[in-house]
Amino acid sequence: MEFLLQPLTLVIFFPLVGVFALLFIPKENKDAMRWTTLIVALITFGISIYVLTMFRAADVNLQLVARYDWIVVGGWNIQYFLGVDGLSILLVLLTTLLTWISILSAWTAVEERVKEFMIFFLLLEVGMNGVFLAQDLFLFYIFWEFTLVPMYFIIGIWGGPRRIYAALKFFLYTMAGSILMLLAILWLGIYGNTFSVPDLIARGGIPVNIQMWLFIAFALAFAIKVPMWPLHSWLPDAHVEAPTAGSVILAGVLLKLGTYGFVRFNLPLFPEAAVSAAPWMALLAAIGIIYGAAVSYAQADIKKLVAYSSVSHLGFVMLGVFALNPEGVAGGILQMINHGVSTGALFLLVGMIYEQTHTREFRLYGGLWKITPVFGTIYLITSMSSMGLPGLNGFVGEFTVLLGAWGAGQNGVFYWGGVWLAAISALGVIMAAVYILYMFQRMFMGPLGEIVEEAKKHGRPIRDLNWREIAVIAPLVILMFWIGLYPAPFFNLMAPAVNHLVGMLPLP
Amino acid sequence: MTFSDFTTILPVAILAVWACALLVVDLFIPKDRKGVTALLAALGLAISLGYTLSQIGDERLGFSGMVALDGFSIFLNALILVCGLLGVALAYDYLKRMNIERGEYYVLLLFSSIGAMLMAQAADLIIIFLALELLSIPLYVLSAFARSNVSSEEAGLKYFLLGAFSSGFLVYGIALIFGAAHTTNLYAILAAASASTVSPLLAFGAALVLVGFGFKIAAVPFHMWTPDAYQGAPTAVTAFMSSSAKIAGFAALLRVFITAFSPLAVNMTDVLWGLSALTMVVGNIIAITQTDIKRMLAYSSIAHAGYILMAFVPYGNAAVAPVSVAAGLFYLIVYAITNFGAWGVVIAVERTEGKGLAISDYSGLAKNHPALAAAMSIFMVSLIGFPPTLGLVGKVYLFRAVIDGGFVVLAVIGVLTSIISAFYYLRVVVNMYMRDGEPSIRREFWLDFTWGALAFLTVFLSLIPQTLFAWASSALMKLF
Repeated sequence: MEFLLQPLTLVIFFPLVGVFALLFIPKENKDAMRWTTLIVALITFGISIYVLTMFRAADVNLQLVARYDWIVVGGWNIQYFLGVDGLSILLVLLTTLLTWISILSAWTAVEERVKEFMIFFLLLEVGMNGVFLAQDLFLFYIFWEFTLVPMYFIIGIWGGPRRIYAALKFFLYTMAGSILMLLAILWLGIYGNTFSVPDLIARGGIPVNIQMWLFIAFALAFAIKVPMWPLHSWLPDAHVEAPTAGSVILAGVLLKLGTYGFVRFNLPLFPEAAVSAAPWMALLAAIGIIYGAAVSYAQADIKKLVAYSSVSHLGFVMLGVFALNPEGVAGGILQMINHGVSTGALFLLVGMIYEQTHTREFRLYGGLWKITPVFGTIYLITSMSSMGLPGLNGFVGEFTVLLGAWGAGQNGVFYWGGVWLAAISALGVIMAAVYILYMFQRMFMGPLGEIVEEAKKHGRPIRDLNWREIAVIAPLVILMFWIGLYPAPFFNLMAPAVNHLVGMLPLP
Repeated sequence: MTFSDFTTILPVAILAVWACALLVVDLFIPKDRKGVTALLAALGLAISLGYTLSQIGDERLGFSGMVALDGFSIFLNALILVCGLLGVALAYDYLKRMNIERGEYYVLLLFSSIGAMLMAQAADLIIIFLALELLSIPLYVLSAFARSNVSSEEAGLKYFLLGAFSSGFLVYGIALIFGAAHTTNLYAILAAASASTVSPLLAFGAALVLVGFGFKIAAVPFHMWTPDAYQGAPTAVTAFMSSSAKIAGFAALLRVFITAFSPLAVNMTDVLWGLSALTMVVGNIIAITQTDIKRMLAYSSIAHAGYILMAFVPYGNAAVAPVSVAAGLFYLIVYAITNFGAWGVVIAVERTEGKGLAISDYSGLAKNHPALAAAMSIFMVSLIGFPPTLGLVGKVYLFRAVIDGGFVVLAVIGVLTSIISAFYYLRVVVNMYMRDGEPSIRREFWLDFTWGALAFLTVFLSLIPQTLFAWASSALMKLF
């Protein structure tokens, strides 16, 4: 039972305490459920901060390792193996942060079946942290697939009008991708007689042609999750139909499971395959950047716009990861955090206004700035952060990624395409400015919009943010400035691990 | 015949005597107190289970090599007896509610279990045939147990006709094998087959035996009876026969192929490969269009026969065969637990006169009956093969055996059909959680206990499957 007290075990499984407590709270007592969930989520966040204080960035090995035999019988060698390193520490913090923020954001938005909602949310947190911390492929797979179940319910029960379609599409699409990965995992397990990732990396020596197949099986699972073009079509549906809190977690964390998977598994486990696939993956990323940005511009629904902008932003992450140099990978990881912060914040803000007007058509808004100056200011900061304005977080991530991609073009990692892949991708930054400013202008500038007038006529004029809403959004705004102005602590946390990872690759 | 012969089949013998005695005792139990018969039947099963467990570690042949006692048979006998107990638990309230409560029900269930246990122990083709009939004939009667109900009678008749037809295949196959090997004993057949080059007669006989069993385990293309029989039979019977008969069929099939037909692997592996792939694909695809929960679960059980058949494909490879047998056995446990649980929920939602059986009748279940809906979701998720349930662990074990044997394409077909299956299993979940409705359900202690305990086990055992893994991998067939 000693494993129960390991800090990483606690980060993952502490939310289950909340699930258990929720089961005994009577249905009518909604506030008790909200408070219980929030407190449990805050404690989990606290535990992850504690993990951060124990973390030594200079050490490239896994830290705070919890490693016990789990299923070691009949030719199986599956371990309960957790560990954290520079690649995952920030993502764990992002998960625990966004979880309590989302719960706080759902305070008044979710009135029906509160108990189930909170239970699914806490279960989701278990799954997500498990994915980031598991170092045994089998354990990883269990957490990976498990995240689908609560999210499926969150979209399907509390979502919009087409929620059932969107939930099913989300489930089947992601499952289809990941189940081939299961076969690849089993193959690796038989090959190495272990599912432990560090052991498999140390062993290496997988024949290159087989590496290619395994790389594809893993990449398919991760690429659907990211989602990379052309596998993104589930994302807009899921985002539009999901409730606000679901969208925040979906964009903020679930998509990162895919990009993280590439960094954690595809690069070190199949190094030769990763090197030969690099320009191809970069090409898909570049297409995603441009395509996502262009389609965003054509949207009338704010959530859909933000969803497609995610395709574009995550293209940057993938471009950075497959630049296969320290700048690219570190920029990619930072961009994961940035996207979680900025897009998470955007979805929160959209949710806050949607709760009042019940429409997401931004053409119906207009002139909001005059009525809601606080909301407008925060929306502006978030938009600027999302489009990569210098001084805010988006710029740091995108700039580092492009630096990495340019380097990869010059030193032959992109053995075809060269610097052009970086050059094309850079256009995405400009396009982001176009669609985001367009949205901002339609919503906040000009004369008062239809829906604003209508709300006033019905005696329920649109109000500015209240204290709870400001508390929800404030941590994210602080992070935008912090990463934008002084990103060094974030880079320092991951730099040694990233250098170590890149050092293992057989680069040309 | 010595006493030692007798002890090889002691649990079977105890249950047989118990069942005969129960037939007489039942005459004296008043009509309104048939619960006593159920209790006595359960007691008999429990005693037999106790003796089965006391045999662990024992390995010998009995009755001049006609029956075998080994880890394999003990494992399966225990599983079959547990299925019998679950069958009694589900039937107890159901029969009363549907006005078909008669004492014979439990006696027939015991006799069918006896047949199933003998199938797991049989080391001679003649015994296999006898056991198969002993298993099947009570099931034919049970299927038609709701006598005045036309669909139940149809189910019984259909099952009987096709069952008799399949027995014909089996007997014909046995005859051909006898012609080729001059024996019906499995070990002697192995000796005869490996002594010379494989005679076409033997191969043809083996193929016919496979067809005969194909009907019992409901593998495509021998599955035609399954949906009608499963739908028409009283639900408690369906739950029992979809688990017990399938387990027995797989038990005999595994023993026959691994013991007697291993020299035929060159010919049979491809056949089994095709049978497995076809069953997975057809079962899962047809299940999509079903609107009746019983029919959907019937096709799901066909599809699962396909998954279990995967364990047979590498049977000729001596290095992989133990792993794949263990995987097959483990999946039988998984299937029995999940399947019984799902049928338990179906029984809870079913109302008299065939109402409450459409998938749309599950709408809104989660709102008023959250525990039942959660249990059904767990069973559905387990049937898909998703964490954290036994279904995932079982499928992973099977896929590993197949990949280990070098049949990666079959494993790919297996995972792709799992995605298809997610579609129709999730439809039940969608109805329960995402649509509105006011279903009325039956609450009764044994029924609640059955689905509740099975749902708990489905999740709990998936977190600590070591013990089950160890049992399954030590439950090997002894090659005497």
